[in-house]
Amino acid sequence: MPALKKYRCDLHIHTCLSPCADLDMYPRALVAGSIKAGLDVIGICDHNAAENAGYVMSAADGKGLTVFPGMEITSREEVHILSLFENVEPLYTLQKIVYEALPGVNDENVFGCQAIVNEHDEVEGVSEKLLIGSTTLSLETIVETVHDLGGIVIAAHVDRESFGIIGQLGFIPDTLSLDALEVSYRTNPAEFMKKFPELSRYPFITSSDAHRIEDIGRAYTVLEIRQPTIEECLKAFGGSAGRRIVEP
Amino acid sequence: MTLADIAKKLNLRVLCCTDRLDRVVSGGYVGDLLSDVIANSRAGDIWITRQSHRNIVAVASLKEHAAVILALGKEPDDETLEKATDEGVPLIVTNLSGFEVAGRIYELLTRS
Repeated sequence: MPALKKYRCDLHIHTCLSPCADLDMYPRALVAGSIKAGLDVIGICDHNAAENAGYVMSAADGKGLTVFPGMEITSREEVHILSLFENVEPLYTLQKIVYEALPGVNDENVFGCQAIVNEHDEVEGVSEKLLIGSTTLSLETIVETVHDLGGIVIAAHVDRESFGIIGQLGFIPDTLSLDALEVSYRTNPAEFMKKFPELSRYPFITSSDAHRIEDIGRAYTVLEIRQPTIEECLKAFGGSAGRRIVEP
Repeated sequence: MTLADIAKKLNLRVLCCTDRLDRVVSGGYVGDLLSDVIANSRAGDIWITRQSHRNIVAVASLKEHAAVILALGKEPDDETLEKATDEGVPLIVTNLSGFEVAGRIYELLTRS
């Protein structure tokens, strides 16, 4: 049995690319905030976009922080789904698919700025797409596509009435092969799991859904794994080979 | 027909922006999927919904709705009320269901 260690993971953090996130959430600051919060692993999940994920990875290089590049996709049912990958290539493939299915143009004055910023704090541009909007992709398509690309699929903030799968659909379809359910920082995960015993077959995690620096790590998941990789996280979710979710 | 006329005739509780009740109401839209409301509603509509989060203010602003009505007694989040006040979007709460309030407003608008 290989040596397993505990890793503190916040798998749902937004950058300044998301219109609702602070402009302070540029890669270098986000990385510094994550280290300050004592995190070992973070997941970068902007709404329907991934342009900053690679820059966060570069900013974290050599700093002892693992970054999973990902995306928070809005399905046509207005359910938020987190996708996380080991590296950016499959994420960029997903980006093309999501952008093709995402209508609308952003209005900065109404929804906020969508800034693409690199690891040197330089603004590379803005995303013109309506990132706050919904894609035309169904939940099933999203789950299948992310899995085909080798990513993890997590139903975001299932305790939230808006944009959470239970709030939007009323239930979680049996046929959806979700890797985990995320309970937001707003809710005590243990209480939520007690309230919904029928969901006990799913692994539960919690994350910050941080849109501001000070919110990074306000909720996190502790995984006991061999090393911080997507494969190990999936083992922890499945409780296989000794890997497990320690908290929540 | 103005927002004031409708609010008075249906005895609706206006939570903010009472200085904007002179807005003309030209139609209505019922919906909880923001993407649907953005795509299909029009300027001058009264938007009837059960969503209470702050994004409804952004949508109502963007689409130039006359007002947002929260049906079945749904109270807006504090953030939502604050944002609506800042942006000048009248928020109304009614105990009527979406079906009922939409039906009554539709009747008022088509009769006038």
